Amino acid sequence: MVLELQKPRPIWQIMFSTHHTDVGLLYLITSLGFLFLGGSLALAIRAELFLPGAQIITDSMTFNRIFTVHGTTLIFLFILPFASAVGNYYVPIMVRYKDMAYPKLNAIAFWMIPPSGALIWLGFADFTWYATPPYSIISAPGPAADMWIFGLKILGISSVLGAINFVVTILKCKHPDMSIGQVPLLAWSYLSSSLIILVAIPTFAAALLMLLTDRLGVSGFFNPAMGGDPIAYAHLFWFTFHPEVYVLVIPAIGMMYEIIPRFSRKPIYSYNSGIFAFVLLSIVGFSSWAHHMFATGMSFTEKTVFMVGTLAAVPASAMHVFNFIATMWNGRIKFSTPMMWSVGGIALFFGAGAGGVVNSAMPLDFSTHDTYWVVGHFHLFVMGTIAFGSIAFFYYMFPYVTGRMYNETMGKIHFVMSFIGTILVFFTQHVLGLYGMPRRIFDYPPIPEWIAMNQIATVGAMIIGVSMAIFLANMIYSSGKGKLANTEDPFGVGGKYYYPFEAKNPSH
Amino acid sequence: MGGHSNWPEWIYVGIVIALMTWVGAEAWEAERLVEHVPEDAETIIVTGQQWFWTFEHEDGTKEIGELHVETGKAYKFEIVSTDVIHSFNIHDYVVLMDAVPGRVNTVWFAPDAPGVHDIQCREYCGLIHYNMRGTLYVEDPA
Ligand code: HEM
Ligand SMILES: [Cu+2]
Ligand SMILES: [Cu+2]
Repeated sequence: MVLELQKPRPIWQIMFSTHHTDVGLLYLITSLGFLFLGGSLALAIRAELFLPGAQIITDSMTFNRIFTVHGTTLIFLFILPFASAVGNYYVPIMVRYKDMAYPKLNAIAFWMIPPSGALIWLGFADFTWYATPPYSIISAPGPAADMWIFGLKILGISSVLGAINFVVTILKCKHPDMSIGQVPLLAWSYLSSSLIILVAIPTFAAALLMLLTDRLGVSGFFNPAMGGDPIAYAHLFWFTFHPEVYVLVIPAIGMMYEIIPRFSRKPIYSYNSGIFAFVLLSIVGFSSWAHHMFATGMSFTEKTVFMVGTLAAVPASAMHVFNFIATMWNGRIKFSTPMMWSVGGIALFFGAGAGGVVNSAMPLDFSTHDTYWVVGHFHLFVMGTIAFGSIAFFYYMFPYVTGRMYNETMGKIHFVMSFIGTILVFFTQHVLGLYGMPRRIFDYPPIPEWIAMNQIATVGAMIIGVSMAIFLANMIYSSGKGKLANTEDPFGVGGKYYYPFEAKNPSH
Repeated sequence: MGGHSNWPEWIYVGIVIALMTWVGAEAWEAERLVEHVPEDAETIIVTGQQWFWTFEHEDGTKEIGELHVETGKAYKFEIVSTDVIHSFNIHDYVVLMDAVPGRVNTVWFAPDAPGVHDIQCREYCGLIHYNMRGTLYVEDPA
């Protein structure tokens, strides 16, 4: 691991480096930057919805742009780069190789992110993160939409390059003494999610090109006025982005597989079922894309097929949960900050999965689809599980990366507030959805239940906001002034688990 | 697998699979019942456009933003759109179907009690999506 702050180097040495830990650091900083940017937009949305009528955002177009950029940022510019950051740091170490397989390609993949982030933010498009045609063809405002399309295009290429690198590093560069069945589960999670990316992303890449040419008026793939079919886009989109949710969640689960055994001071309950569940998820993840489309006018048979395909993914996720609990069972658990975040993440994973089962049952979906229920469901995953796992891992990496310890009390306060806030916001949103509030609305009629629940959600979001400010302060302060960490065993849990940490500053 | 017995895991996975099978079967059965449109249902053509709903009854009368129906009858909605995708929703009756340009989607309901209900658009469709709302009046037959 790098001890960046103990042996400082000029910033450009890191920026022009292709070493995996340096690229990892760049990914990490970029990703956290976007977390705070995207998070502020979330607070703006929640503040706006505190009461019916306009509060702080004056017009609905601005509101629509804000939620579009919020979603795009947090999914593509926070969660995905965060996973790449962790993968860059750990995957080569775990397979005992000196770097990623293609270091230059790795750096290139990273450097595609800042320009796409800029395109997305400067464009400030308003057509939601689905970019559904024909809206995204005929009425989404000019350059904003095109900038979003180009931004996503570049991000897609970057993911594919990153995925190739992970697959080759794990399969071809692992130490010959190590069989594939000995590779730690965190590395397995990258293998599975990279394979999903390689299958899924090209589909969306094609869809984006078709969307662009439709916008230019030279084709009409999705434009009914020219004989096209907008539902075709929905299929292409969800064929990519349903599996993509597993690309987001699988590395986060892998991170928990790293943290939970260490802080339980016990080996993983079943290493093999962890691998099995990863591989199964990455295959079954493809069988369920059209459960996002029950209301587009599908036949009964189609709906049935996709319901079955969706439910089939549940046992695989459930196996991970079982593995975590069985690992903690009878362990000598140490509840340091990373462990708290992981355990909280598992609890919310369970809640979110249960909500997903409700969505999959087709008649119930007509009650929940496109309401705040769905917002609650997927945020419980993306925030409650994926972001929790990522933040857990961030605390876990912190001493290895900086050589200093974060402030444990502040870390725990951060967790407790975020956990309470997450429950307040996203469980309430489930109920709000059952009361019929559609998602993506700037204003709502003064229905007393809607007002009350929106207010609870807004208060919850503010609690998360404050906890994130504490997080930021802790990071900035501790990376400069925190007490020096023992990089052999920073958390005092004893024992080296799977691989040796190298506490040296790499120069390449 | 591993050095220890895994039977708790297999039992657990078995339970999860059984639960999912049960959920799936129940859902399938319920959906099968609501799919079937009654033969005598009256047709109402619902048109979504930015940003209001138009309703055309079988006798040719048109309503904008309001829909009047009677208790004790079944109604079949034929849903179309003239511009972008909207989603026709009467939440109180769990009626939900997208209005997709170039397609005709159908969904039906049979109101049982007089009352007033909200109609809304549940798919993001641009500037005034938030206010693409209407009112359903269910009345007893005169
Ligand atoms: C693995 C973690 C998961 C993630 C990250 C995730 C994420 C998401 C996201 C982002 C959406 C909403 C997309 C949108 O409309 O913007 C969604 C909707 C949905 N999810 Fe999940 N999900 C996960 C697991 C599950 C599971 C386990 C199930 C079912 C057993 C499920 C079933 C559904 C269904 C049916 C919808 C569509 C709801 C609707 O729009 O009516 N999801 N999920
Ligand atoms: Cu609409
Ligand atoms: Cu709408």
